[in-house]
Amino acid sequence: MAGYILRRGSVAVAVTIVVSILTFLFTNVAVDPAISMAGEGARQEHIELVRVQYGFDQPLYVQYGHWLENWLSGDFGTSFRQRRPVVDMLQERFPVTATLAFSALALALLISIPLGILAALRPNSWLDRITLSIAVVGMAMPSFWMGMLLIYVFSITMRWLPISGGSTPMHYVLPVITLAYYVLPPIVRLVRSGMIDILRSDYIRTARAKGLRRHTIILKHALRNALVPVVALGAVQLGHLLGGSIVVESVFSLSGVGLLAWEAIRAGDLPVIQAILVIMAVIYVGLTLLSDLLNAAIDPRIRVS
Amino acid sequence: MTEPTAIADYRILPVEPEAVSANRRLGQRIWANKGFVLGAVVLTLIVLIALFAPLLVLHDPNATNLLARRVPPVWHLWFDGDMKASWAHPLGTDQIGRDYYSRLLLGARVSLTVAFVAVVVSGIIGTTLGIVAGYFGGWIDAVISFFITTRLSMPAMLVALAVVSIYGGSLTIIAVVLGLLLWARFAVVIRSTTMQMRDLEYIAAAKAMGCSTLHILFRQIGPNILSPLIVVATTELAVAILLEASLSFLGLGVQPPTPSWGLMLADAKADLMFDPWLMMIPGIAIFILIFAINLVGDSIRDITSVEERS
Repeated sequence: MAGYILRRGSVAVAVTIVVSILTFLFTNVAVDPAISMAGEGARQEHIELVRVQYGFDQPLYVQYGHWLENWLSGDFGTSFRQRRPVVDMLQERFPVTATLAFSALALALLISIPLGILAALRPNSWLDRITLSIAVVGMAMPSFWMGMLLIYVFSITMRWLPISGGSTPMHYVLPVITLAYYVLPPIVRLVRSGMIDILRSDYIRTARAKGLRRHTIILKHALRNALVPVVALGAVQLGHLLGGSIVVESVFSLSGVGLLAWEAIRAGDLPVIQAILVIMAVIYVGLTLLSDLLNAAIDPRIRVS
Repeated sequence: MTEPTAIADYRILPVEPEAVSANRRLGQRIWANKGFVLGAVVLTLIVLIALFAPLLVLHDPNATNLLARRVPPVWHLWFDGDMKASWAHPLGTDQIGRDYYSRLLLGARVSLTVAFVAVVVSGIIGTTLGIVAGYFGGWIDAVISFFITTRLSMPAMLVALAVVSIYGGSLTIIAVVLGLLLWARFAVVIRSTTMQMRDLEYIAAAKAMGCSTLHILFRQIGPNILSPLIVVATTELAVAILLEASLSFLGLGVQPPTPSWGLMLADAKADLMFDPWLMMIPGIAIFILIFAINLVGDSIRDITSVEERS
């Protein structure tokens, strides 16, 4: 297991470094940071002044070295637009997105695991058909349209919930539902197909033959194995949620990291874009690593191969 | 012997009666699958609409008419008694009086063009990387797998937004950016399929017969990765359409006045209160298109999966 952790861990670190280099190159070579920093209509001498002052005239690897050094000491630079440390801006916005993503994943799991199991117990029953339809419809539903439909039904027609903003817990209800439905289809399909396969397997037949109770077989013997891939998928989906939050946060005007990313991109605020790209990648890599390790801990076969 | 070699046989040997019937059986399975037929019919219809959109439009899609803004769709005549609705604009007009029906048809064209180019670009990149990694293994596989992991750890949406914000949101740029982002799933699937195939007897036989590596990759392995390739291509087609719509919705994709379903939805957001049909129409259009594509993809997966055949 230690060898496996070491192997996966070093790949994760290498991926993070490559992503940081790519992000750095992308935001420093594709655009001239001195020009975007000096602002529109800046004269050439001003641009040169900015270039020297901020060290944009140095070779790229020196700049990258500085950048990485600052990053590791927790300094993500200063926003061009707001003239504030990017760290502060992220700290403000992160709780919103985290609340949104974790609640959405929790809601999705809470619905899809029982639904997947029930559907798997009786394939082709009406419940199974409904479950599959929910998944199929969810896959075809753009999340921003889903958000608008929910606003129309629950905020405008029924007047139950606020339309946009994030000041009270009630403001989170519709965005969480929107995001939960966005990640639910693959999870429900995986639980269902995993359970169907496992319920057909020999060891379940043995458990039945031993005369174990149905509940014990389904919940203890079958579910435990069916959940292995679901854990992995859940971690990956959490990463998707963080990315998908851009659209949902903009539909509901929730000021989380997604909305910050959108604002930064529209305003060409490079340090903020850089920081969000790298942090998202770090989170994503971390989650993938976590899911791999969890899988390996549950299933010894993965460790060996 | 397992099924995959049975399909492989007719690729190697000259066509024999048995091989023909294997093809025919595949055909029968396809047409017996209701999901596939429904999805394929709807998808073909949308593709035809997109192809012939310029002939089907009623008005210039960019012609504004400030005297006829937010005219409701024609069915409001009967359901709401709203006399502003008329057959002149079957789906009504938008916020600046452009014909919604004409824009919707041309929007299909934009959506499908971007997605198609993106899938072709990403399919070529991903399939090449996947076959090479899966067939050669070793350090080549390690390097390519590392590329795949790196690409997958950058959220596609965010990267696409950032790139488009720098290079601008023309149709070509969006299509190419999506193409450069979506190859990872192709590579993952094709890599593992090739790996399974590499150790089968028919490849060993081809090697023993002295076939060149290129011949084995293209003529022996190539045809057999076709069905997983089609399945991934449909998934990615849906992903590309959703991404383009999302980018345009956020104002960083296709730029106005080009008609795009995502843009139409973004404009409709402000009119949610009084004119909800403005967001229903493009929303339903995206939904039906994605639904049809997923239906086709899922059915192909079912049809070609080994379990279903046995």
